[in-house]
Amino acid sequence: MAVFTLSVNGQSHKVEADADMPLLWVLRDRLQLTGTKFGCGQGLCGACTVHLGGAPVRACKTRLGDVGARPVTTIEGLDPQGAHPLLKAWLELDVSQYGYCQTGQIMKAAALLTANPRPSDADIDQAMGRNVCRCGTYLRIREAIHRAAGKKAEVTP
Amino acid sequence: MTTTRRDFLKTMGSLSLAFYMPLNVKAAPGTAPGTTPGAAFEPNALLRIDGDGTITVWATRTEIGQGVRTSMAMAIAEELEADWSRVKVLQASTAPKFGDLGITGGSQTTRSTTEAMRKVGAQAREMLLQAAADTWGVPKIECEARSSRVQHAASGRSLAYGELVGKAATLTPPANPPMKAPKDFRLLGTDVRRLDGPDLVTGRARFATDLHLPGMLVASIERCPVFGGKVKSFDAREALKVSGVKQVLQVSSGVAVFAEDTWAAFAGRQKLKVQWDEGPAAKVDSATIRKQFEARLATPGKVVRQEGDAGQALAKAARRIKVTYDAPFLAHATMEPMVAVADVRPDRCQIWAPTQAPGLALPAIEQLTGLKADRIEIQVTLAGGGFGRRAMADFVLDAVECSKAVGAPVKVQWTRPDDFQHDGYRPATLHELEGAVDDQGHPLAWRHRFVGPSIAAANHFPWPPEATELAGAADLAYDIPNLHVEWGQCDTSVPVWFWRAVPASFNPFVTECFLDELAHAAGKDPLDFRLDHLPKAPRKLGRDTFDPARYRAVLELAAARAEWRTRKLPKGWGRGIAAHAYLDCGTYVAQVAEVEVKAGGAIRVHRVVCAVDCGLVLNPGNVKAQMEGGIAYGLSAALYGDIAVKDGHVTAANFLDQPILLLPAMPKVDVHLVASDLPPGGVGEPGLPPLAPAVGNAVFAASGKRLRSLPLLPPGLRRA
Repeated sequence: MAVFTLSVNGQSHKVEADADMPLLWVLRDRLQLTGTKFGCGQGLCGACTVHLGGAPVRACKTRLGDVGARPVTTIEGLDPQGAHPLLKAWLELDVSQYGYCQTGQIMKAAALLTANPRPSDADIDQAMGRNVCRCGTYLRIREAIHRAAGKKAEVTP
Repeated sequence: MTTTRRDFLKTMGSLSLAFYMPLNVKAAPGTAPGTTPGAAFEPNALLRIDGDGTITVWATRTEIGQGVRTSMAMAIAEELEADWSRVKVLQASTAPKFGDLGITGGSQTTRSTTEAMRKVGAQAREMLLQAAADTWGVPKIECEARSSRVQHAASGRSLAYGELVGKAATLTPPANPPMKAPKDFRLLGTDVRRLDGPDLVTGRARFATDLHLPGMLVASIERCPVFGGKVKSFDAREALKVSGVKQVLQVSSGVAVFAEDTWAAFAGRQKLKVQWDEGPAAKVDSATIRKQFEARLATPGKVVRQEGDAGQALAKAARRIKVTYDAPFLAHATMEPMVAVADVRPDRCQIWAPTQAPGLALPAIEQLTGLKADRIEIQVTLAGGGFGRRAMADFVLDAVECSKAVGAPVKVQWTRPDDFQHDGYRPATLHELEGAVDDQGHPLAWRHRFVGPSIAAANHFPWPPEATELAGAADLAYDIPNLHVEWGQCDTSVPVWFWRAVPASFNPFVTECFLDELAHAAGKDPLDFRLDHLPKAPRKLGRDTFDPARYRAVLELAAARAEWRTRKLPKGWGRGIAAHAYLDCGTYVAQVAEVEVKAGGAIRVHRVVCAVDCGLVLNPGNVKAQMEGGIAYGLSAALYGDIAVKDGHVTAANFLDQPILLLPAMPKVDVHLVASDLPPGGVGEPGLPPLAPAVGNAVFAASGKRLRSLPLLPPGLRRA
């Protein structure tokens, strides 16, 4: 047991826990940030995707002891006003069905757009290709990313 | 085919909803936070209009992604003439005021609740009209409701619904309010986005796994890997040393580790040492089940459809084919592993569970707690996937038993391996088919015998064992003069349960592919062969009526949009067609798959063209989404789905062992809706059945290779 200082969504938190505790359970059970989902616990489905130092990681396979000073962003911190182009695109295309995987999908997509503001279909398949959606909303996910990318381009000429 | 899941739903009282509900019931205080008591109009337990114009609807079916929370609210709002932007939806619990919640399944919600929901809205609308008419001292007939206002055109006056709640609340709901004609619908029939969308994408939506109650413990249960096995003994000493672990107790389903948080419960469980009494199932594996099926297939089953004399016709036929098909056990693999929260007190019990069938769990909860049903309340939460799995009571009972055992609120959180290995599986089946065509290329005879476990029998439902296994086989659509279908019950130790489309997830694969084989034998185009051998008029199949015109229309529409006769496909590609009439929910679907078969048997499905006739379309956007979802779920199973059993346990523990379709393998999907004014049908399941046979038939067209075993990919290629 040790005390860790975490920066999550711009806020500093002290967490007393084992260094092996996955970031997923720190977020969900200690900080009550439940938008990050438990899907498999093995890094295989992507439902727990968050940003660590700006890069997408699977929180279920990220040890608390390895987080260090890198800032953590969860879906709750992606855009607290809900104005992120991806969130808008997701709603416009009514992507979600039961929606359990979608926060992880959106976090993965947000990291993609940061790295590649105008991704091709192949770029999207590559980036999103390991995030499971059991409802099969994949076509809408791809389209929503394109739509958000287009909007981004419109607002930042 | 005298009984189906529809009876199950009816037995559970799902159709009694609303019409038998006490009217004018007062909502319990605090059910809709932020509203002032007395300033609301609650003509019915499912509807409340507040003074500020907020309209709250309580959904009585479980949201499993099929969109029922939105569609039920739409049906009420349509008749209510509500301003849709002011409508919000909450979830009904098992509190008596909501009546029986029935079962969410079988694509039945649209059929079983739409009329009742519309009536709820129509009653309220009539009362608001009356309240306005009384206020103005004008005849009600001169008043019109529109967009949450009542207008009196003659005098130019209008009042918002919020201004009428006080007066409306004093009126008696009319027993038979007038209902709108579908041509006057303003909301139903339009693309309406799901009401839960914003909460889902921002992470605000609360699933059962997200709940945290004061003083709550999290439990994780180690279960015997072998079906039916029991705890012999266990050693919890090391588990109890894990920081955060509070208690370790034996429960019905295994040994439960109780901890302060989920991670501690999982970590403690890993330190647990359990000795199991594995029982007789430990000797069972996929190969022994196959042998059992083969032996059963060699003996007669129950005849479930017979026309003409297939035996004699086959004996005389010049050209006949005899083949076997098979389909494996399948897991549901909802993205949210099973989970429920319970708070059992001496005098009451509260449960938060993503259950599709709260009523099925209640008797067992009464037994576990010793409490009467009126002291038990199940709050139905959002479900991170259902597909039938969450109609099982097991995960709900886990939470109840664990909470009672420790005297505190408990969340029982399943892991992904728990979820894969302790499911109720889609039954595996083995089929033998024999068919013949005559000299003119017409089908002459069809004999289909298949065997597999019975969901009805395994779960002690009060129906004949075949009731849950026949759709897609006994209701074969085609007009074949000598037709014989037989089913043989062959139960195994593998638990079986409803899965998306249940028997229509395997039977149409077998029948629609075998029909293609007959078409090939006859030298006919598969589409023509289907169209040429449909019955001339509607006919009774089981207790439902099959309408060949609807079946023909979806086949023709899918074929036309896929340019079946004209579009040239690249080398190595093929196209296949299949259709299924989902008679139980009134929906017909046909699909054309365009498939590329690569060296070594790799299969790439490039496009699926889907035509659907679900009667009157209530929300076209949602119908399309459900077809896409059914195609994806069906394709995942068709390519990779296989739950294998070894030494009495399921070998798959994660998404590597049992891959799920991922984005790069998702085909382009074009959905086309048939315009119809027939009663609206269900759409959650009917998109799935035609997918596997359409792909199987396309693989044959592309490669000349007929695949008769699911999944279609060879074992070495089953990687998502």
